[in-house]
Amino acid sequence: MRKSLFPVPTVVAALFVIWYAMSVVLNAPWAYDRAKRAGVELSFSELVADTWAQDKPKLPAPHQVAVELWNTTVEKKITSKRSLVFHSGVTLSSTLLGFVLGTVLGIGLAVGIVYNRVMDMSVMPWVIASQTIPILAIAPMIIVVLNAVGISGLLPKAIISMYLSFFPVVVGMVKGLRSPDMMQLDQMRTWNATGGQQFWKLRLPSSMPYLFASLKIAMAASLVGAIVGELPTGAVAGLGARLLAGSYYGQTIQIWSALIMAAALAAGLVALIGVVQRVTLKRMGMA
Amino acid sequence: MGWIIFGIVAWLAGWGLNVYLSRLPKSRATGLAVPVIFGVTLLLIWESIVRGFGISPVLLPAPSAIAARFAVSTGILWEDFVQTVLKGAFSGYVIGCGAAVVTAVIVDRFPFLRRGLLPVGNFVAALPIIGMAPILVMWFGFDWQSKAAVVVVMVFFPMLVNTVEGLQATDTMQRDLMRTYASNYWVTLRKLRLPAAMPFIFNGLKIATTLALIGAIVAEFFGSPIRGMGFRISTSVGQLAMDLVWAEIVVAAIAGSAVYGGVALLEKAMTFWHPSQRG
Repeated sequence: MRKSLFPVPTVVAALFVIWYAMSVVLNAPWAYDRAKRAGVELSFSELVADTWAQDKPKLPAPHQVAVELWNTTVEKKITSKRSLVFHSGVTLSSTLLGFVLGTVLGIGLAVGIVYNRVMDMSVMPWVIASQTIPILAIAPMIIVVLNAVGISGLLPKAIISMYLSFFPVVVGMVKGLRSPDMMQLDQMRTWNATGGQQFWKLRLPSSMPYLFASLKIAMAASLVGAIVGELPTGAVAGLGARLLAGSYYGQTIQIWSALIMAAALAAGLVALIGVVQRVTLKRMGMA
Repeated sequence: MGWIIFGIVAWLAGWGLNVYLSRLPKSRATGLAVPVIFGVTLLLIWESIVRGFGISPVLLPAPSAIAARFAVSTGILWEDFVQTVLKGAFSGYVIGCGAAVVTAVIVDRFPFLRRGLLPVGNFVAALPIIGMAPILVMWFGFDWQSKAAVVVVMVFFPMLVNTVEGLQATDTMQRDLMRTYASNYWVTLRKLRLPAAMPFIFNGLKIATTLALIGAIVAEFFGSPIRGMGFRISTSVGQLAMDLVWAEIVVAAIAGSAVYGGVALLEKAMTFWHPSQRG
């Protein structure tokens, strides 16, 4: 851990330098164009200052995004439609609902696959095949169709999140529930354990490390699902809607701030699972 | 009513057949037959539910209707396939995976970069990168170049993380052996470390195939010329032509599965020595 204390900030700092440099390069044509029409000659420092302060830059400088983030999170009321916290909340709610649904479905399928030979042989290949279908691509259809049968709001987005998040859970849990070796299973049998006892006292506990590893992936996938699910709803609310609205009106700063917010959300949620993982595994004596 | 009974019969028959087959000794034939029967049964149930309950084709078209539409509009489907899969996804996939492998070798060469860039790469790989799509569409225009760019960004980090991990898969004993052979860095890389990294690289390639398709299609939602699978899906949803949407999904699923299967076969041929392939 300590070893990465120095290199990580260096790399991050380097990324910021590249970002600033790129925003000068990408925004320069517009700055030159404007200067030419105004009939003034731009010095280098003026050029840099201009490229870092444009209204609709091709690539906003980091501080512009930071200012926008500050304005839309701290300065605005949470209930306001222009508050990024409000939009994050909308996205977060469907992310979490989809995540919970996906986890329940995933664990259920995994238990079935481990305990039922027919399911193992018939469902598992389709679970894998289901992920080669780009569900994100049919997100608009799912939203429209569910809207037509009267289901709207949170649930359609959550279903897309669920579809993306159940897969890592199934794969991880199948591996985890099968992780106890012959010796341990035999031991349970010597103790005359019932099937239920074998599941609750051996298989489930030993699958926990696998479960948490997949939950982290599932959470990230679920957020992506929620964001894409918001695209076709006509840009009403949510981070996906902010992205779409921003791309319609060329509000690059708004896109970037929504993007950073989504990144922070993903990082926060994954870190939260990491904390739960550490506490749980510690109490179970596994970490 | 007849259709509903047919659906129930198909369900029970498929289920019974699978229970019977799964009790037989495991072989290649049963391993293949069981999932196929499962799939066919699902299709039959779907068909009979749609017909039996008279579900409007606007909501959920029957599989037969989708197949009919597929047969009629192969021209459009092929045009979209070329635009999205061959031009957008494939070029992005090749560029992104190639760049990631090269970067991984560089990162591996310098421990400083590995300690600094890898945590950042891991972090970025978990982010909703698809959100970059509107920005990249703005930068690279509406045609396939912007879709390829989205795909590059999407596949780069998972691929990088996997390859870097793979390059460390050799143990000290093997590297020492190469040193006793007096082989230099490049020879060691080519003859020992890249082959040893292959299972990890293929893992990354597999993850990247699905990501590439998703990236190329979703990027088209943010602007595209008047062809492409993402464009067709979003406009057909607007026209309530659900059978065409489903036909596009079938194309995407076939393309996705075929590429995934191709990568898996290539993996089998190239990493035949790995324990996971010997089974």
